[in-house]
Amino acid sequence: MGLLSRKATCNSHGQDSSYFLGWQEYEKNPYDEVKNPRGIIQMGLAENQLSFDLLESWLAKNPDAAGFKRDGQSIFKELALFQDYHGLPAFKKALVDFMAEIRGNKVTFDPNNIVLTAGATSANETLMFCLAEQGDAFLLPTPYYPGFDRDLKWRTGVEIVPIECTSSNRFQITASALEEAYEQAQRKNLRVKGVLVTNPSNPLGTTMTRDELDLLVNFITDKEIHLISDEIYSGTVFSSPAFVSIVEVLKDRNLENTQVWERVHIVYSLSKDLGLPGFRVGAIYSNDPIVVAAATKMSSFGLVSSQTQYLLSAMLSDKKFTKEYIAKNHKRLRKRQSKLVAGLEKADIGCLESNAGLFCWVDMRHLLSSDTFEAEMELWKKIVYDVKLNISPGSSCHCSEPGWFRVCFANMSEDTLTLAMQRLKSFVGSIASKDRSHQELKNSRRKFRTKWVFRLSFQSFHDREQDER
Amino acid sequence: MAAMSKIATGNGHGENSPYFDGWKAYETDPFHPIDRPDGVIQMGLAENQLCFDFIKKWLIKHPEASVCTAQGVNRFKEMALFQDYHGMPEFRRAVAKFMGKVRGDRVKFDPDRIVMSGGATGAHETVAFCLADPGEAFLVPTPYYPGFDRDLKWRTGVELVPVHCESSNNFKITRDALEAAYVKAQEANLRVKGLLITNPSNPLGTILDRDTLKNVVGFINEKNIHLIGDEIYAATVFMEPEFVSISEIIEEDDVECNRDLIHIVYSLSKDMGFPGFRVGIVYSYNDAVVSCARKMSSFGLVSSQTQHLIASMLSDDDFVDDFIAESKNLLFKRHKYFTRSLSQVGIGSLKSNAGLFIWMDLRKLLREKTFEAEMELWRVIINEVKLNVSPGSSFHCHEPGWFRVCFANMDDNTMAVALSRIRTFMLKNNEAMVPPRKLCRLSSLKLSLSRRMDDLMSPSILSPHSPLPQSPLVRARN
Repeated sequence: MGLLSRKATCNSHGQDSSYFLGWQEYEKNPYDEVKNPRGIIQMGLAENQLSFDLLESWLAKNPDAAGFKRDGQSIFKELALFQDYHGLPAFKKALVDFMAEIRGNKVTFDPNNIVLTAGATSANETLMFCLAEQGDAFLLPTPYYPGFDRDLKWRTGVEIVPIECTSSNRFQITASALEEAYEQAQRKNLRVKGVLVTNPSNPLGTTMTRDELDLLVNFITDKEIHLISDEIYSGTVFSSPAFVSIVEVLKDRNLENTQVWERVHIVYSLSKDLGLPGFRVGAIYSNDPIVVAAATKMSSFGLVSSQTQYLLSAMLSDKKFTKEYIAKNHKRLRKRQSKLVAGLEKADIGCLESNAGLFCWVDMRHLLSSDTFEAEMELWKKIVYDVKLNISPGSSCHCSEPGWFRVCFANMSEDTLTLAMQRLKSFVGSIASKDRSHQELKNSRRKFRTKWVFRLSFQSFHDREQDER
Repeated sequence: MAAMSKIATGNGHGENSPYFDGWKAYETDPFHPIDRPDGVIQMGLAENQLCFDFIKKWLIKHPEASVCTAQGVNRFKEMALFQDYHGMPEFRRAVAKFMGKVRGDRVKFDPDRIVMSGGATGAHETVAFCLADPGEAFLVPTPYYPGFDRDLKWRTGVELVPVHCESSNNFKITRDALEAAYVKAQEANLRVKGLLITNPSNPLGTILDRDTLKNVVGFINEKNIHLIGDEIYAATVFMEPEFVSISEIIEEDDVECNRDLIHIVYSLSKDMGFPGFRVGIVYSYNDAVVSCARKMSSFGLVSSQTQHLIASMLSDDDFVDDFIAESKNLLFKRHKYFTRSLSQVGIGSLKSNAGLFIWMDLRKLLREKTFEAEMELWRVIINEVKLNVSPGSSFHCHEPGWFRVCFANMDDNTMAVALSRIRTFMLKNNEAMVPPRKLCRLSSLKLSLSRRMDDLMSPSILSPHSPLPQSPLVRARN
């Protein structure tokens, strides 16, 4: 026997999805400017590589934080022993201040309400364990980050029911879509415990409007359910409209210290805003002390390394640095996004107008051979294997309409982005000319058919000629 | 409707156990040699604080081990971006090598089977998720680390069934006990998926002998269940007999074993004293488990900053060899000093050669042979003697009167203060038992008695089998 658990043998980890397959292909043949110039360019990884110089120069100026020291004295032992799941107080304070700063200081956060976790991956799973039983459901607007299928469902047994959003209104959440999702869950006999939104959105790259946020608050109040707002891209809002956090809306509506206030929880991380995914810094922020208490205990399964807490507490406490970093980072993201948008335009490809994130939601519906997900997969495979760009197909993000792709722009050099755009332009050009010649062939066939009796041999010769080109 | 989950609102986190109560008492009144000399001394925390000076010297010589110093910053960006759940190859190589060295290089570990986790805490939960479904069970020999109740059961829904071990044979794991536990599980309609052993043992501080290990391997093979070996104290074996790992046993010619059933949990929290860095490892001989655990490691990856530091440190062969030797030496000395001093006041403990604690025998101080009496005694130790020790009941010990007392998490001075408090308490306790007219004879006897005890003192005397003095007076009469 020696059987493993059902969790070990099923596919709920979601890693058979195309999102991950693209990564695998990239890994087999990764682009390198010098060593592998014809390799696959990674555009499926939402990383922020634009501002490392700022971090490195801060490190050079702050040798103590870098070297396990405080005021010149070694605190190595203290850090090596520190495993308190309440986290390093100085780090939590610095983190909540940073979160407030990102929100223009329109809201404040209490360090006692924050729980540190090993990345947002762990934060999201932990919240599921705290808020839902096996078989309960959370509603998520589509399209959504493919990793949620693993993070929210795999080991928790929680279900996801999609809130279908469409391009007809820029994929915004509507009241009817919310109700429809809720009813769908009920039809499936699933008890809905809450809604989870990503704001700014991955993969859309847009911030939620105040109307959408109001809608959500009304909905969760009415249904008496939770709302999780995954705000890990909050620091990447590079142009207007300005980021409006859910807590700001609650505050503006005077809902502080009401029941709904305690049912809204925020997930955060430094993986996107600071570009530090390797350091595994995630957080849950909740106004419900029971959630904070339970999540704190659960964080034992994935604490943040004390070494990392210390370094980042020093960095984020440096307000001069955070102010400069946030501003410069925005500027660089804005510039880079414009470059991608312009490059796509040259290839006659549009994308959803966006003001945040590390990617664009690109519209390739016009390049599909048919309005189907099969056609989307066909196109995607061509782009990965022939054009040699790893981008993420909308179906992997559970988009309800085929033809959309998430394309990242902040995880490569400017030159690499330029090359990627050139490849795309050539590809689109070649499709266009193929289309044209197919169209010509169709026209000529029509002409000849009327005279087929007299031109039969000539037509077949003509056909052969076309194919050989 | 918006209630939280049963997991979140229940007691599955196990923190209402007395193991944690003692911590709370310590936290409200912690000992400090200058600021709070009457505070509670923490002896309930199995930390290894003896080797930090040694490690610091290495750090000073190797600034490049931190990706943030001028010497290491050229790799900062690479590390900051590295979130591959396969883990850094150099990290895995270094950990595999370290694990081999800790076992005297009698066995080699494959870096590709090294899977990261959020400490051993995360490793245990991950292994439980991989091997068992909710409602299934693991067998665990008692006494065992209280954290297992949380790590293995809380969010996984897995049950634990105790394998009772008795002081009559030094808490050895017997085949009979294993079989009895298995039957008990079946009677409770629980499907047993595995057996978890901690070797060296927490809280006993002992290692499993070869025969026991072979017995255990035989048992799990026969029942076709998994064997999880928690070996997080492997490098704390400070004297003979030598540590034997499961990884060694399965290589022996006369041992037949389905390797798909064998898994090891490891960590650097005890052997190196780095609990804050959260370096947990799942090492499985089962490819499917490696693959699944690796995917699950996304929920508790080791910070790349830490991976880099550990890779640098543990790749330095000279440092590792010296560290392992030095650590053993310091643990041996501290253990000897502690146990000798205890025996001088009539306190014995289970003979041990590993771990960061001793399994103290206070059965004779119990008012009666019950767990209520154990709790009473424990409260006296915390509130009057001002030492946080861990009562055996929190380790699911089958017999009352045993306490786990840590000795490696404090400096020499604090240890001396702790011992003087114990001495005072024991003498008061013994005097209370002696009728007043015999007191003058008592004082003249004390000196010769302690000298005799020194002569006789050697670790082999401190076993539950040897006659432990009730009081110096009783000893003198003999």
